[in-house]
Amino acid sequence: MAMTVTEKILSRNAGRSSAVPGENIWVNVDTLMTHDVCGPPSIGIFKQRFGENARVWDPDRVVIVPDHYIFTANPQAHRNIGILRDFVKEQGLKWYYDPDFMNAEGMPSPYADPSRTSYKGVCHIALPEEGHTRPGEVLLGTDSHTCTAGAFGQFATGVGNTDAAFVLGTGKTWVKVPPTMRFVFEGELPPWLMAKDMILAVIGDIGCDGATYRAMEFAGSGVYSLNMEERMTLTNMVIEAGGKNGVIVPDQVTLDYINARIAKSGTRSDFEIIENDPGAKFYFEKHYDLSTMEPRVAKPHSPDNKANVSEVAGTQLTRAYIGSCTGGKVTDFVAAAKIIDGHECKVPTFIVPATTEVDAELDKVQVNGRTLRTIFREAGAQIGPASCMACLGGPADTFGRLNDAAEVCISSTNRNFPGRMGHKQSQVYLASPLTVAASAITGKITDPRDVMTFDSMREEAV
Amino acid sequence: MERMIRGRAFVLGDDIDTDQIIPAEYLTYNPSLEEERKFFGKYACCGVPDAQSGLPDGGIPLVAEGAWASEFQIVVAGKNFGCGSSREHAPLSLAVAGITAVIAEFYARIFYRNSVNGGYVVPVESTVRLVDEIRTGDELEIDLDQSVVRNRTSGKEYQVKELGEVLPIIEAGDIFEYAKKAGMINS
Ligand code: SF4
Repeated sequence: MAMTVTEKILSRNAGRSSAVPGENIWVNVDTLMTHDVCGPPSIGIFKQRFGENARVWDPDRVVIVPDHYIFTANPQAHRNIGILRDFVKEQGLKWYYDPDFMNAEGMPSPYADPSRTSYKGVCHIALPEEGHTRPGEVLLGTDSHTCTAGAFGQFATGVGNTDAAFVLGTGKTWVKVPPTMRFVFEGELPPWLMAKDMILAVIGDIGCDGATYRAMEFAGSGVYSLNMEERMTLTNMVIEAGGKNGVIVPDQVTLDYINARIAKSGTRSDFEIIENDPGAKFYFEKHYDLSTMEPRVAKPHSPDNKANVSEVAGTQLTRAYIGSCTGGKVTDFVAAAKIIDGHECKVPTFIVPATTEVDAELDKVQVNGRTLRTIFREAGAQIGPASCMACLGGPADTFGRLNDAAEVCISSTNRNFPGRMGHKQSQVYLASPLTVAASAITGKITDPRDVMTFDSMREEAV
Repeated sequence: MERMIRGRAFVLGDDIDTDQIIPAEYLTYNPSLEEERKFFGKYACCGVPDAQSGLPDGGIPLVAEGAWASEFQIVVAGKNFGCGSSREHAPLSLAVAGITAVIAEFYARIFYRNSVNGGYVVPVESTVRLVDEIRTGDELEIDLDQSVVRNRTSGKEYQVKELGEVLPIIEAGDIFEYAKKAGMINS
């Protein structure tokens, strides 16, 4: 029977010859990821159910990435890091990225040098950077944006603490096999658009429940012309349409990225590339012509509250935010720096690299002969250390958090539900880093084409 | 599992995401620790904007100021309940607040799964839009054998969907109890 890539991965990990959408099957999990918010309760349930002396099913397949509540004085946040450290030691876990600068109570003084800390930052970007994403595998994570890793041709999805505890003890989980929706982007992405515009268009079209219980596959020349960071922006936000997983079948770009990372980190290299069978059935298929697409936003308070930037242009803002797993990668900052260079930010602008690696790149990557960090600093933007930061609000002392009801923020993050970035009356517009940067230097929502002349050809940034 | 669930209704709208059910600032508490678990009841649904909290009138918090649990037992909501983050703290906070069941038109996948696998609340799916029919404070009765909801305040009765394939897990209590019964893990 012809199967989609998602059905094939699931059937293989279930030890079966087929997997039909709608079936409930038990699958072996290749990697389990958790972080500082959901790790401690998952560990709690694991011990409660499997016993105080229980061992995890495979210490090489558990990856722990603290990232959410690092730069805060909140005492429970510090305590939670302690729980992770104890568990890592007790179980002999190899893949743990400790915030080694968090030693005492109060606000930790950030890592002195991003290239000399074991700390990584946001888990969904740390996983591929550290060689933990592999085609054909099943990755579960206690975070809904675990779907990001589907950009590497694997089945990756978010689960709760109970499921994670169950996997810790057994290495298995049950999955309802999802039917696949296919989104094909034709043509080349114009330089004023980014992957964020593509995924906001999809979510706007199908709604924030449009892919519930389904897989979303991205294909077409428009997808394969993107680098891995941009592809990750597509799969990152499938959860904003309710999708179970997002997937992009690997090509040479994928393999080059993965092989380099695995070689650097010494992680498992025994993966298999899985593609759609000829004649595989898709539940739904939609084609997009990139040459006719416009810069997009999601208006408050839902990622599917769609508009073209031109429809909301001129909306007054109180701040701009560029960061998170979806909008805080090197490609995102290069795009923003091209627009911001030589200008002054008209509203407080917050720059938050997703990981310490991205942070280190801010000093290496140049635009117009100057580093990204210099460009942002000179424009008056505030640069924070790598973490989730205000993407999810967090404790009140979080860098960039919207603590006031009157805040109107344009953000490269992925969610704008009420209260997501702080105060429940504050308003968040989601947009591409290009649009956020254009809006930062004018103080109101602005189409990137109104502040910069783009060459007709797109240059590859990283 | 109780086949008959009774309680007072608390009504919410569409797309209630997990940040509204339990805002991120409270996720520093560890629900595995008894003394911190109670905070999840206190703050349950405190992120819902006031006008949308306790429909149709709004302005009613699920958990009263200063209280640790709710005076309501059944949440009634519209489409896509529990969308957003995978935080299991969301169904857990409803359970700690004293909610035993949710009736929504449909659920976001991870919330539904967490509710069932963790044994927190029974996620019932309605066949009609109950948000426009039921008022916060109405006395409800969910009859799981008959798959109906009776509004004892208005006297009306509505069909709900059968629990279907997740019923064995709900009946066992949670995914661990289910796996023990199925012989997958040792007791
Ligand atoms: S950056 Fe935001 S969306 Fe990404 S993992 Fe952190 S909180 Fe979640």
